[in-house]
Amino acid sequence: MRLRPSRPARAAPLAGAVALLLAACSSPSAGPSSTTSADPLKGTVTVLAAASLSEVYSDLADRFEKLHPNVTITESFGGSSALASQIVQGAPADLLATANQATMKTVTDAKLADGTPIVYATNILTLVVPPSNPAEVKAVADLAKPGVKVALCDTTVPCGSAASALLSAEHLSVTPVTLETDVKAVLTKVELDEVDAGLVYVSDAKAAGDKVTQIAVPDAANLINRYPIVVLSGSKNKTAAWAFEQFIVSITGLTALKNAGFGTP
Amino acid sequence: MRRRGPAVTVWVIAGFALALLVLPLLGILLSAPWPHLPALLVAPETLQALGLSLLTGVISTALCLVLGIPLAVVLARSVSWPVVPRRLLRAAVTIPLVLPPVVGGLALLLLLGRNGVLGKFLALIGVTIPFTTGAVVIAQTFVAMPFLVFAVEGALRGADRRVELAAASLGASPLRVFRTITIPLVAPGIAAGAVLCFARALGEFGATITFAGSYPGVTRTLPIASYLASQTDLDQSIALALVLLVVSVAVLLGLRDRWLPGVRG
Repeated sequence: MRLRPSRPARAAPLAGAVALLLAACSSPSAGPSSTTSADPLKGTVTVLAAASLSEVYSDLADRFEKLHPNVTITESFGGSSALASQIVQGAPADLLATANQATMKTVTDAKLADGTPIVYATNILTLVVPPSNPAEVKAVADLAKPGVKVALCDTTVPCGSAASALLSAEHLSVTPVTLETDVKAVLTKVELDEVDAGLVYVSDAKAAGDKVTQIAVPDAANLINRYPIVVLSGSKNKTAAWAFEQFIVSITGLTALKNAGFGTP
Repeated sequence: MRRRGPAVTVWVIAGFALALLVLPLLGILLSAPWPHLPALLVAPETLQALGLSLLTGVISTALCLVLGIPLAVVLARSVSWPVVPRRLLRAAVTIPLVLPPVVGGLALLLLLGRNGVLGKFLALIGVTIPFTTGAVVIAQTFVAMPFLVFAVEGALRGADRRVELAAASLGASPLRVFRTITIPLVAPGIAAGAVLCFARALGEFGATITFAGSYPGVTRTLPIASYLASQTDLDQSIALALVLLVVSVAVLLGLRDRWLPGVRG
């Protein structure tokens, strides 16, 4: 009798997955063991950062890893409130970078920060529309027009509280079609041309390039989000975490942030 | 020696497995803000999200029944097909089970969004689906359908086909055989499938938030409301989770033993 031919075919992907898992488990230890220089920095630094920081932080992490080959930076991007809540719930992380000070405060109030957060960047909101601008949005006041599909962040995340503050400062009553959990989700809906407009950060609009058209909001400059970063008290690799924090606030980091559209505090 | 059921090791491992499934739910019960619970449960946001979840869950289950039973019949009959189409069909039905729901939501957006492959044409006649309650129903139907199809297909395969053949030989039309013989024959499978389908639809998160967005009263279902609340107000989030848990457990307990997949009573 013949064995069913599907058996080996089924086992092969499993073996592949196991090999991947093993590789994934062994790679962090492979770095430090190959050390020859006198670089005291090693190990993994886990960074939780606001979604709006994703491009610039990924870039800075690559550059930091080149300078310190024994360090691996692991980054997780998301809505600031979700990240702060993860820390409060005991997520193992070394650094937290949020998009405003209110979310950071939930972590410092819980005594989970090592020292005082450093405010190193600012961001303001801007209006983005799909390049075809289907609803012919020309200014932020157009968001209140009936039939204009608007995506905003939920008020539980920094970009949402900023958007809500901006709209009430403009005395606009806007009914969005969706309230997203982070700023990149708003940007995606605009990029896909599924909404007519969205309020995102200037840096997000810049990162999206020509996939969206930016319309400046003059009064947005009055509502500045300040970006703090802090080493967490639960960090198991404070030396490297502190070094990466210093790298972010160094001239290299600040230049990268400036090029990405962030402001200086 | 006489066989006396599974070995001790099996019992111990089964105990661990059960603990993994049940203890997290116990965590919800233990950390639930019991004193504030009544107030949280009747909060307008809770009732609104619950109402929307129940409404969309019922509609999706109805859609799953209408579309899924015929698909289950075809799938059950496909055993006599050549191997390639047979496996392709089975894979197609299985996809929503293994696909990350967020990917499913993105796929729906790319198909039915106003710039999507089909959505483009719908937009021409003034129909836009994303960010509507209809989009929630479609997302839930997409992820829940396999539960119904596989439950009904299992029942069909276990059913005695000779009854159908007898009816057909007595002159009943295929549609009449389907209505008066096949459907009653697999009724327990349909009921089990519908219950699992409803429970899955109720818990749907990823595809919904990607395809339908999140707006109170329109697309913000219980899981999304619970997730958003978890970022700022854990008590509210746990209260919402508790509602979801109670409804799901009540629905599943309503199932008779022999209706559950894998149980032959």
